Amino acid sequence: MEVYIQGIGNISPQNTVDSNIFLDDVVSHETEFLLSVAPNYKDFINPIQLRRMSKLIKMGICASKICLADSGIENPGAIITGTGLGLVGDTEKFLNMVLDNDEELLAPTAFIQSTHNTISGQVAIALKCFNYNNTYSHRGFSFESALLDGMLLIENKDAENVLVGGFDEITSEHHRIIKKTRWVKNETIKSLELLDHKTQGTVVGEGVGFFSLTGKKDENSYAQLKNIKTIYKPESKEEIKNKLDQFLVENGLSKDDIDLVVLGLNGNVDTDDVYYHLADNYFNTNYAYFKHLSGDYHTVGTFALWLAANAIKHQKVPEVARFRKENFTEKPIKNVLVYNHFREVDHSIFLLTQ
Amino acid sequence: MSQRIFVTGIGIISGIGNNVDETLESIKQKKSGVAEIKYLKTNHKGSIPVSEVKLSEEELIEKAGLDKKEPFTRSTLIGIIAADEAVKNAGINDIKEYRTGLISGTTVGGMDKSELYYRDLLETTNHIEYIETHDCGDSTERIADYINVKDFVSTTSTACSSAANSMILGARMIKNGLLDRVVAGGIESLTKYHMNGFNTLMILDKEQCKPFDENRMGLNLGEGAAFLVLESEELVKKTGKKVLAELTGYGNSCEAFHQTASTPEGKGALRAMTEALEKSGLKPEDIDYINAHGTGTDNNDLSEGRAIDTLFGDNPPKVSSTKSYTGHTTSAAGGVEAVISVLAIQNNMIFPNLNFKTQMKELKFKPVTELLEGVKVDHVLSNSFGFGGNNSALIFSRY
Repeated sequence: MEVYIQGIGNISPQNTVDSNIFLDDVVSHETEFLLSVAPNYKDFINPIQLRRMSKLIKMGICASKICLADSGIENPGAIITGTGLGLVGDTEKFLNMVLDNDEELLAPTAFIQSTHNTISGQVAIALKCFNYNNTYSHRGFSFESALLDGMLLIENKDAENVLVGGFDEITSEHHRIIKKTRWVKNETIKSLELLDHKTQGTVVGEGVGFFSLTGKKDENSYAQLKNIKTIYKPESKEEIKNKLDQFLVENGLSKDDIDLVVLGLNGNVDTDDVYYHLADNYFNTNYAYFKHLSGDYHTVGTFALWLAANAIKHQKVPEVARFRKENFTEKPIKNVLVYNHFREVDHSIFLLTQ
Repeated sequence: MSQRIFVTGIGIISGIGNNVDETLESIKQKKSGVAEIKYLKTNHKGSIPVSEVKLSEEELIEKAGLDKKEPFTRSTLIGIIAADEAVKNAGINDIKEYRTGLISGTTVGGMDKSELYYRDLLETTNHIEYIETHDCGDSTERIADYINVKDFVSTTSTACSSAANSMILGARMIKNGLLDRVVAGGIESLTKYHMNGFNTLMILDKEQCKPFDENRMGLNLGEGAAFLVLESEELVKKTGKKVLAELTGYGNSCEAFHQTASTPEGKGALRAMTEALEKSGLKPEDIDYINAHGTGTDNNDLSEGRAIDTLFGDNPPKVSSTKSYTGHTTSAAGGVEAVISVLAIQNNMIFPNLNFKTQMKELKFKPVTELLEGVKVDHVLSNSFGFGGNNSALIFSRY
């Protein structure tokens, strides 16, 4: 598709707010979960509004503003977001109030802010943007659905440009709950050593990433977002490889044209196998990984897309993000493929081109 | 991009019936589903009426033939029942024969179980199988697995317009050749969480809701699930399948005004309806019936009503809100009302707006209060407006 990434606003567990730097100053976390590096919100949001906002809303408004400023677009043709769990902090606050107060004497603020479309609505209010507005909440397809929706709007000329974002937050209360599942590591590790811990589960992170997409490229475009695909519950690695073959053909490429593959390795011994398999048996190129920088969450695709777009823009893969460093060869980065899956259920592919 | 989108199947479960036939029968008999709380565990039982699906979870599990040991939320159960009916109604035997997607809408997701077991989930290892049923995607994936959909799954979450937005994405994916057909709609079960949320906003009527009435006192919450099978023109031609209606128009516009309120003049509603008309190539006078969002709150009925007045002038089509039957089924509402709109076309009927007595002084029109039979219903406009300013409108037409 003729869709270009024109601007990015990414708030994550790394220093990703300044688009001129690209993982120059890596943050190493050694905590139960990875929290994002907060920008100075006062630079972006007026203090009176700031006081009323919960953490994720602040991050959302701020990332959308950074993104739009980066793209030079003031009022987007659409605002579309994706989130796996929505406003977790506000949800917990209202739920605890309902349970603690036995359904009496409740204040509405946390409830109002707890719907998944709060951020797309708040961004629209801040911009007075009356255009198309939508929110998706579907596990590992949350951000991917938002991207697909936005790309179709541009492709069909329903919008000249769109603002697409993904957001998820982690709280200690929520972490206490999900730690009881097999998806989260019991031990606290150094995040940068994520792949060295061959245990069950991953390390949870959080982040908000907004992307400004347009139908026309110019000298400021990061990259072309050529296509995306979602694969639900593939039955085998063969099916994944067949779908990849088909996807590449549809986009006029072969796997040898891919200069960089960004893999969603998350350190879970139970589910990382498919990434190793693709690196060993399918692709033969340079690889990057990123969840040791971002942690894992439903909309971590935002971090992957940020990494892929910047690899093309900066024509480099920072040392810290290189996977299988020993085989890494310096070459121009033209075509980048991102492969990520959520718990081996929701698999997604992004294809970017210079 | 010239492909038309056809509705070939419908499925529904709500407070007024467990399937399409029961739903139509209740509407014809002016039988509302709004009653005293029976299934939801809440202290508001007896004081706040709601429209519940009239089956317990055990009964729902049995009806769907599911495994009792699996962690199913109430939303998932009613979603499975409605989606399965829609697929069967569309005469689909082998769903994998053509590229099929499932797009469902929900906002409270699996909250009904989360709120029940939250303390346990935090402090103990009891009920931890419900940790992974909390998010919105869980219900969609379980419904997809039940009806065997694999090619695409997604979940919209724009509060009370979720199901309408599911249908809009579904239609666009078919038009772009990404899928041949989509099962699209929405689900929502009642929860203590959102009932108390709406209660703090003081927009719940303690009696039967009275949409578009001068003395309206708020909305009644409801629960339900409804899905439509949307198919491409090409596929319908190929299979020679019976078409129930055509989805001719859709619009989506943001109010960008307030997180929980619409502009008094209904700017967003007007834009969504206008856009849907433009897409369909129809003129306002072509619309025979508006199945309004009509929640019964002060704010909604005023802003939606004014938007209808602005768009349709002195000659408005027939208008009614069937939320007086089903309650406000929030994320499912767009699906529930889309099914009802298709039923209006199929049966040449326009359905009444229950409990209406006094005309609103700000509006030119008053809603239909009696069942109209044997009338021309070629084009129906169905509105769904959500919290956060997400306004969507759909137009269904006779094929």
